[in-house]
Amino acid sequence: MDEKIVIIGNGVAGSTLALRLAEKGVASITLLSEESSYFFSRTALMYVYMGHLTKEQLEPFSRESWNKYPIQRIKARVLSISPEHQELSFRTSEGNEKQLSYDKLVIATGSKPAFYDWKGLEAKGVLGLYHLNDLEQLEEWAPNATTCPEAVVIGGGLIGIELCEMLLSRKIKTTLIIRENFFWSSHLPESDAQFVEKHIRSHHLNLIKEDELLEIRADENGRAASIQTKKGKTITCNLVGITTGVRPNIEFLKTSGLELDKGVLVDEYLKTSDSSIYAIGDCAQLRNPLPNRSAIEPVWYTGKLMGEILAQTFSGELISYNPGVWYNSAKFFDLEYQTYGKVSPKTLQPESEQHFHWETDDKAVTLSYDKTSEVFLGINTFGIRLNHKLVSHWIETAITIQEVIDRLEEAHFDPEFSNRHYKQIKHAFLQNH
Amino acid sequence: MHSYRTTSIQKVFTYTGLAGLAVLILAGFTISFFKSTGLILGLSLISTGVIGYTYSSYLGLPAGIKNNGVWYRSLTSRGIVAWVVGVVLTAFYVVLYFYPEYLEGIIRLFDPLSEGLSGKKASQWFVYGVLYTLAIVLFGIKFIKKYKHSKYQKYRTYSVIFFQTIFAFLIPEIMARLNGDLPYYDLKSIWPLNYYLFDSYQLDGFIQNGSLGTALLIFGILSTLIITPILTYKFGKRWYCSWVCGCGGLAETAGDPFRQLSDKSLRAWKLERWMIHLILVWVFISTVGVVYSYLLQTPDSYFISPNTFLISVGLLFSLVVGLILWKRSDWLAKDARSSVIAISSIVVLLLGFFFFSESDRVLFIPSYQIRSAYGFFIGSIFSGVIGTGFYPILGNRVWCRFGCPMAAILGIQQKLFSKFKISTNGGQCISCGNCSAYCEMGIDVRSYAQRQEPIKRASCVGCGICSEVCPRGVLRLES
Repeated sequence: MDEKIVIIGNGVAGSTLALRLAEKGVASITLLSEESSYFFSRTALMYVYMGHLTKEQLEPFSRESWNKYPIQRIKARVLSISPEHQELSFRTSEGNEKQLSYDKLVIATGSKPAFYDWKGLEAKGVLGLYHLNDLEQLEEWAPNATTCPEAVVIGGGLIGIELCEMLLSRKIKTTLIIRENFFWSSHLPESDAQFVEKHIRSHHLNLIKEDELLEIRADENGRAASIQTKKGKTITCNLVGITTGVRPNIEFLKTSGLELDKGVLVDEYLKTSDSSIYAIGDCAQLRNPLPNRSAIEPVWYTGKLMGEILAQTFSGELISYNPGVWYNSAKFFDLEYQTYGKVSPKTLQPESEQHFHWETDDKAVTLSYDKTSEVFLGINTFGIRLNHKLVSHWIETAITIQEVIDRLEEAHFDPEFSNRHYKQIKHAFLQNH
Repeated sequence: MHSYRTTSIQKVFTYTGLAGLAVLILAGFTISFFKSTGLILGLSLISTGVIGYTYSSYLGLPAGIKNNGVWYRSLTSRGIVAWVVGVVLTAFYVVLYFYPEYLEGIIRLFDPLSEGLSGKKASQWFVYGVLYTLAIVLFGIKFIKKYKHSKYQKYRTYSVIFFQTIFAFLIPEIMARLNGDLPYYDLKSIWPLNYYLFDSYQLDGFIQNGSLGTALLIFGILSTLIITPILTYKFGKRWYCSWVCGCGGLAETAGDPFRQLSDKSLRAWKLERWMIHLILVWVFISTVGVVYSYLLQTPDSYFISPNTFLISVGLLFSLVVGLILWKRSDWLAKDARSSVIAISSIVVLLLGFFFFSESDRVLFIPSYQIRSAYGFFIGSIFSGVIGTGFYPILGNRVWCRFGCPMAAILGIQQKLFSKFKISTNGGQCISCGNCSAYCEMGIDVRSYAQRQEPIKRASCVGCGICSEVCPRGVLRLES
């Protein structure tokens, strides 16, 4: 008889796993999700609010293609799991409680917005930007600048800046409050952070730095009306977006007996403390994080990769999780950002890590390398697209910064006829080096 | 109520443009009242409207993608406005093709302009040519302002504006002035898009005009057989479809707001492949038939006899199909391979009818009828009425995707031997769907990008918009 594989969560990790397994001919796959019937691209939620895409266009695989495979999809909330009986209980959207047994269970429940203990969180119009439901909330509380003339967003990460762009697209006056001295300087070197900051300010975002939320005040109808910051500023607003990061969505596992920390602890094969239970994606926490990598990496790419790797493992080809050279990308309003390897922010930058920064009005790069060996460590680009495979290869093979500067044009990935800046970058580097 | 509404300044300019159209129509009815000022006033108001709308939309805005509110606006999301525009456009094409007598007033309005250019009185096609060119120029300017951050987008728009105004519009008019007997010939309109190139009156026109006429005819044949494959090998079909072609030019400029309406389903893709290739068969057979019958009428007047002509065509065709099956069979999916065989068999069968009946008939239907049915259903109804009239409902490339036999040929070349492809950038895709949504040809670009596969599709016209709207820099057009 076929092994019964049950996956909780149909985000990128869970859905990638389910589809890969189905392609390999695994017959019994059950995919549970409370959030949506079909897998959608969470990173693109903003485009629905902004009117670039319809909700259905967020779905990376057509609904027809799901029906091709014998994947049972259940829209339900998992309440608890019981590893000793290899069983879980869930509540369907109609409210019925049911049990489901499994041979292998995969937890891919992702994250949820991390709200801290602020006063006034229960006010109407306070929301994060993660869940499909958050999008509906946003449509309800911030449909336009008449209903919602002003908004405040707390926390300046990648989701925070997306939320600002969304609100501004509907002409809502938006203030972003961040703890750092420059935008996203917790992740970017200061020169990069300043460059991005200049760009986001040009989009009429009101940026308040080095301050934090103290409390949210509601009006007589219970709707958010203003916020107070730690430094004593009061800002009137009709909507409060909280984007101070995410944390693993694992509350339902508290009584399961699985070993948990911030996330579900997994070994290099993504296996939890129970030998028939695995965890992938944002909710998984590696017991032994790889060098230069975090134990929890809540990004799209790692979730997808974990899904792919576990599918291999399940079909008998045991592969340990090794995501290779770190990469990520984002878009700050109109400014594209790509990062490969290690380019540390000021607070985490070791003495040995040297940076070279170059910028024009609308483009910038920061290359990072080892001070003594001159080995290339990583690169941030803004407004410049580079070839992922080639740059990763340079980092893997530890070539020198000089060689990277000489060969940078080989990684050119901007559209045809774009201005090429490689000569200027090289020139500037040689002058400073 | 959402916030992506037309601003009052945009509305003013929209009404200005519409007023220009109204002036033309009114002037058409009451010609004595407006006289020639009607033409100037109408065209000026239209131009002011489009240019004013452009500047009020994009001036002062930062460079970047401008798709906010696309799915909330009535015009761009198949709302009421879209249907009204669709119906009006469709009605215009029906009148233009089938009831030009109702345009008489407007046509006379254009007489001074036509006489200034070619010395002849205006026809409905002259009026259409002026409005078509004006649309590409004005909406081309709008497109350039919208994509001001992208040189690729700007350059190819300059290119379509140039080819439309100079090659499609001015040169034929001037040629008519210099040499009245030469057939009207838009040099960039290549057979089989230019399906009437080998009609008997055209051939007479070319042949009776000495060396210039013969040169033009030879250029026409070389365009299809030599120039096209070489350019497609080097650049992909985009060199034509989104840099030169007039249909493509209108689709990319005036049609740009509708690119997201293309059907992305697998069903549409299957339909596309059958339709476009069967239409290619149709134009091929009707052209062969028309030339064959031309040669039959005066069998000994030309260097080629009717049967030699048929045999040469048959051999050339078999050579091409044979090469495809022999060299590139592994590139084609199984169903594509069987389609090639099925469609080629149809062609050979039809050629056989000519040969063995020694007449220009296929199943007792004379080829001029096959040709005129093609002109009616494909040349007029499909490319005009449906292809452009339905922009706001079916998207801006319906003709190019489902109907154009030129696109079919270029697509086969692109798939089989072009250097063109869209590369995807490693693992950077976040499956957001912008590329697929804004692909006017209905290609599910995302399905390739998220598997990290390059995109090599016959239908891709290389507009490059997928690469523009990608928020993660994943897609790059290469050749």
